[in-house]
Amino acid sequence: MLSSGSSSRHSVSCLGLNRSGGRFAVAGEGARAVPLSGHVGFDSMPDQLVNKSVNHGFCFNILCVGETGLGKSTLMDTLFNTKFEGDPTQHNQPGVQLKSNTYELQESNVRLKLTIVNSVGFGDQINKEDSYKPIVEFIDTQFEAYLQEELKIKRTLHSYHDTRVHACLYFISPTGHSLKSLDLVTMKKLDSKVNIIPIIAKSDAISKSELAKFKIKITSELVSNGVQIYQFPTDDETVAEINSTMNGHLPFAVVGSTEEVKIGNKMVKARQYPWGTVQVENENHCDFVKLREMLIRVNMEDLREQTHTRHYELYRRCKLEEMGFKDTDPDSKPFSLQETYEAKRNEFMGELQKKEEEMRQMFVQRVKEKEAELKEAEKELHEKFDRLKKLHQDEKKKLEDKKKSLDDELNIFKQKKTAAELLQSQAQQAGGSTTLKRDKERKK
Amino acid sequence: MEQQKNLEGYVGFANLPNQVYRKSVKRGFEFTLMVVGESGLGKSTLINSLFLTDLYSAEYPGPSHRIKKTVQVEQSKVLVKEGGVQLLLTIVDTPGFGDAVDNSNCWQPVIDHIDSKFEDYLNAESRVNRRQMPDNRVHCCLYFIAPSGHGLKPLDIEFMKRLHEKVNIIPLIAKADTMTPEECQQFKKQIMREIQEHKIKTYEFPETDDEEENKIVKKIKDRLPLAVVGSNTIIEVNGKRVRGRQYPWGVAEVENGEHCDFTILRNMLIRTHMQDLKDVTNNVHYENYRSRKLAAVTYNGADNNKNKGQLTKSPLAQMEEERRDHVAKMKKMEMEMEQVFEMKVKEKLQKLKDSEAELQRRHEQMKKNLEAQHKELEEKRRQFEEEKNNWEVQQRLVEQQKLDASRTLEKNKKKKIF
Repeated sequence: MLSSGSSSRHSVSCLGLNRSGGRFAVAGEGARAVPLSGHVGFDSMPDQLVNKSVNHGFCFNILCVGETGLGKSTLMDTLFNTKFEGDPTQHNQPGVQLKSNTYELQESNVRLKLTIVNSVGFGDQINKEDSYKPIVEFIDTQFEAYLQEELKIKRTLHSYHDTRVHACLYFISPTGHSLKSLDLVTMKKLDSKVNIIPIIAKSDAISKSELAKFKIKITSELVSNGVQIYQFPTDDETVAEINSTMNGHLPFAVVGSTEEVKIGNKMVKARQYPWGTVQVENENHCDFVKLREMLIRVNMEDLREQTHTRHYELYRRCKLEEMGFKDTDPDSKPFSLQETYEAKRNEFMGELQKKEEEMRQMFVQRVKEKEAELKEAEKELHEKFDRLKKLHQDEKKKLEDKKKSLDDELNIFKQKKTAAELLQSQAQQAGGSTTLKRDKERKK
Repeated sequence: MEQQKNLEGYVGFANLPNQVYRKSVKRGFEFTLMVVGESGLGKSTLINSLFLTDLYSAEYPGPSHRIKKTVQVEQSKVLVKEGGVQLLLTIVDTPGFGDAVDNSNCWQPVIDHIDSKFEDYLNAESRVNRRQMPDNRVHCCLYFIAPSGHGLKPLDIEFMKRLHEKVNIIPLIAKADTMTPEECQQFKKQIMREIQEHKIKTYEFPETDDEEENKIVKKIKDRLPLAVVGSNTIIEVNGKRVRGRQYPWGVAEVENGEHCDFTILRNMLIRTHMQDLKDVTNNVHYENYRSRKLAAVTYNGADNNKNKGQLTKSPLAQMEEERRDHVAKMKKMEMEMEQVFEMKVKEKLQKLKDSEAELQRRHEQMKKNLEAQHKELEEKRRQFEEEKNNWEVQQRLVEQQKLDASRTLEKNKKKKIF
């Protein structure tokens, strides 16, 4: 029951942003606090919410990044107390690949859909410049899938299998000196996309004093390179203390083992050496228990929330801005969803129409050109034949002339002939009469 | 793809529900409840009884104290805390509803209010920069039915039909202390019959896997719609202080299960199903609103029949697909245009060829003609020449003869002389 000490008139200001920035009740103006005169019963709301979540089941996705042989698979087996798939991989992978497996686990009444993604072949190549790319691509692909689902018209978000990576365990080689440049480069590329929890793998290879120095070196290198690793949240009083203590122990130095050794009268997970036995769950031996506490028991939900409200939102914002979406128009007035989509659509339709128009124009141009070409050819043809025709005409004329001259000659000849014949006949006649005369004389 | 794995020891994710619990308490909760019904049905009193507070008091008079000419929609926000859990409660009242002589469209302001809250949420959800999205959507609507004892009024039916797909409707029989249990029973049966007849979808209690819970749910379902009584006054009955209404013939106790269904309503609305009401609003009513809104935006002007089966895409994916379709269409268009072009060119070229062939033929013809004429002329000339030659030869012969003859004559003449 709320004591009615404070007046119920003044409005209650914002409840305060919690670190995750998730959805929460914003009182704002106009909400006044009122006292209750009995037990109403809405204090069961958290339980109602929890019941719903439990019925729905939980899901969690871990990405393990690290060089081959650092014990990623063994650590997962140890963390989740079960034997997951997989044979150890060889060192001869041509590039970095990501292998993901999903498992259904149950503990008490809680069902967990766990997806473990392993980077295969990381750090094995001679040229590692592009090693981080498949990893970034994988993370982005999961974000994209979620974004697409969120943007659908008919969507089923509450039954969507969330594949976004909630935690990235980055395995650091236990060299004892410092981070490799591959580590720095990769973590820098990943820190704005996923919650990175760096861990020192196979830490039973390092002595305690070396380990302390190693951790300091790693932390300072991360800071000086501006790599943002996941910080366990300290805003909730219930867990603030333990979380802030644990933040000081990062990166966790872990040892993984699925083999059991008898210590005292208990069987414990351990690694047996001639000089002693490293117990996985002994906090003096390694930070495995801390990792398990932080990752699973205390902050699993926060990791999911951070992924959704920070990393995913960043991805979404960038993607939408890339596509030209804005929240306000040039006059700083907020766009309504309808306006935004309509504007986009108009732009898009305009583009399409322009393309269509361009193609049409191109064709018109081609047709014109071809027509001109053909016309030219036609003209040439006609010219050719005109020339030929002319030649013909000339030839014909010549022929006509020849004909005429022949005719003339013919005529002249005819005339000559006729004249000659006339003369002849005359001569014959005369000759005939002479002959007659002669004959006559002879007869006398 | 998923495999069941057995755990061989303690892992710790069984603590997840606690983590969720912790975070939700830190966040706080919000709930928006709408009450609709004619004036005087005891809506404000019921709210005060439900939340054990004076939501509407002398300082903040409820809407019933204000006379309205038209239907208003009014919001009151209060912050209540209990057991460490903070709840931001918004009560939406609709003064004036059903009070006019002509109540046509008196549901419209209600629909508009609900839609505008959906729209706010949709816009907030669709921003590029999203912040905290306060959930001001209406999670539940308590609809007050006047205890006439007969059945639903036309207004009741009309209202519920128009709103049952926008909000969770919980119909209540108001002022249940004016009916005897038998009358109440009859009334309830009648109402349920009419609700089914008109296919009105009121809020349904979800089935669970829990046997016990299901039994309780079944009991509640049998008593629907709930008949309630509200009271702002506390009366002493048999040494107990209870909320109730004092009559000369006794006290009608609000929280007595035999007197009315108030306790059931309170338990259901607040203690067990508040979260589910929010979930149904989010997953069903809001999604319906959203998909309708986005479909209208995307398919603005486009053929709706064609697109009915394609609502699973986002508007952007839709545009992508349209772009691809357009590219295909353009390709086809290009091909077609190309074909037509080629064909026309071929035609023209053929024509040109034919024309050329024709001209060539004619030219050949003419040439042949000329040649024939040439030959003819040649022949003629040859003949002429031949004739001429012959004649000339003849003439020469004749001339020779003549010459010979004249010579002989001369000779004879000379002879004679001698």
